[in-house]
Amino acid sequence: MQALRIRQLAKTYGNGVEALKGIDLDVEEGDFFALLGPNGAGKSTTIGIIASLVNKSAGSVQVFGHDLVEDLALAKTCLGLVPQEFNFSVFETPLQIVVNQAGFYGMPRREALVRAEEVLNTLSLWDKRNVQSRTLSGGMKRRLMIARALMHRPRLLILDEPTAGVDIEVRRSMWEFLRGLNAQGTTIILTTHYLEEAESLCRNIAIIDKGLIVENTSMKALLATLDRETFVLDVRHLNGLPEILDGFPLRRVDEHTLEVEISRERNLNQLFGLLSERGVEVMSMRNKANRLEELFLSLTEKKSAA
Amino acid sequence: MPTPSLRQLNWIAFQSILVKEITRFTRIWAQTLLPPAITMTLYFVIFGKLIGSQIGDMGGHNYMAYIVPGIIMMSVIQNAYANVVSSFFSAKFQRFVEELLVSPVSNNTILLGYLGGGVTRGVLVGLIVSLISLFFIRIPIAHPWLVFLVVVLTSTLFSLGGFINAVYAKKFDDISIVPTFILTPLTYLGGVFYSISLLPEFWRGLALANPILYMVNAFRYGFLGVSDIDVGVAIGMILGFIAVLYAVSLHLLKRGIGLRS
Repeated sequence: MQALRIRQLAKTYGNGVEALKGIDLDVEEGDFFALLGPNGAGKSTTIGIIASLVNKSAGSVQVFGHDLVEDLALAKTCLGLVPQEFNFSVFETPLQIVVNQAGFYGMPRREALVRAEEVLNTLSLWDKRNVQSRTLSGGMKRRLMIARALMHRPRLLILDEPTAGVDIEVRRSMWEFLRGLNAQGTTIILTTHYLEEAESLCRNIAIIDKGLIVENTSMKALLATLDRETFVLDVRHLNGLPEILDGFPLRRVDEHTLEVEISRERNLNQLFGLLSERGVEVMSMRNKANRLEELFLSLTEKKSAA
Repeated sequence: MPTPSLRQLNWIAFQSILVKEITRFTRIWAQTLLPPAITMTLYFVIFGKLIGSQIGDMGGHNYMAYIVPGIIMMSVIQNAYANVVSSFFSAKFQRFVEELLVSPVSNNTILLGYLGGGVTRGVLVGLIVSLISLFFIRIPIAHPWLVFLVVVLTSTLFSLGGFINAVYAKKFDDISIVPTFILTPLTYLGGVFYSISLLPEFWRGLALANPILYMVNAFRYGFLGVSDIDVGVAIGMILGFIAVLYAVSLHLLKRGIGLRS
């Protein structure tokens, strides 16, 4: 079954800005789906329409087969939203916030208190359940919004930049949590600026740019289209290397750093062999950019140039 | 969780909004419950005791007895309005209104939940001011059920007013304009401190266009059994205003005015 089905969705704001120009999008049940795009591409508008926070201009949206116009309440019961910006009362406690939220989905208070303990414990917030939310750290506030969205056990969870502004440790623990949640059957749609995050978590991906879907495929298929990668090599000495070494374009960054672009037809063994022949010792190596980042830039840049 | 019917869902959601609202105004009791107690005590002391003792009877009653119902009603009006306008605007401003907009709660339930909060605060403040008035005068209540009905209806009406104000408000200044420039003058000119029979004919006619006059008089009738106007007309007018403002509020919610882009 499709968790989300979008057809010809369009949105023109009152000021004339055409944020969405008729997009189609399908997300299968159980998927971990990435919706990527540069700022102002239409990601938040799309999520806003799905979550009933933005009025659409045209098109249709179905959540688990429930149409947002004809079957709004049922569609909403399937959906959990973790927005990009903090949107809870800073004067309420985490416990009050999540229990009230459960009430908005029809969960009786007694049951909500039990569920709140479970969810807040899972997200390591139970100890903070009775403090005012404004005193929580940025990472805790993000986790609180996830806890709130999970109270009614949504079948589709949408996270809009869930790890923005949180440190690496918190981000990694959130990834683990989201992976576990997805493994238990929750369909997840994620928008993020951290492309490494999308690559690590998501199975399918759509890239949106200037209100249009420019790519919609599996993460594997998308990454397979990457025809060249740039690597950064830390070397002991450059030993007077040429600008092009047997077809490998080299760029000298400093005395100990070299950038090399490798096309799909060549491989790293060939490069290492050539460097060894010239007495260049490679100490370490890394991708210059995340692989998805390179694709993302090429896709959105192509579109801009068109 | 077994899936609740939409009716059950909305009933539980209504209770949740109500609990949230009552928790909010009781948590900040020093801003919500204490100020009307102090202000109205000053009214009783200055207008009732000090000036009132020089005035004599009004409408066939001791002046203090005459103004007590008006002062209670004034506090009910101000607090019911203030509760909803500040609470709903804060929810918009801090964006936690989105918790409700994203959820399957119906617009009617959202509106009724906020009205419930406004009415509860209005009734509670009315009760506090009534208890304070007992330190100054003991007046019999001629029609207790009418007193209760008028308090609830008036709180409902001004909660609706506060809601509409909050929907249109874009900054905090916007939520004080109506109370300062419309509500306060209408309340003071609504027969709280005097009988409109004292006014010259032209001004008496003009006063009859003030809806607050009807509420104050209906409430006073509940206490003293005297009123400048027909109580049935007063109740009918309040109900009429409630119907109109409820329809407007619901329309604003459905269209998402000030809430959805």
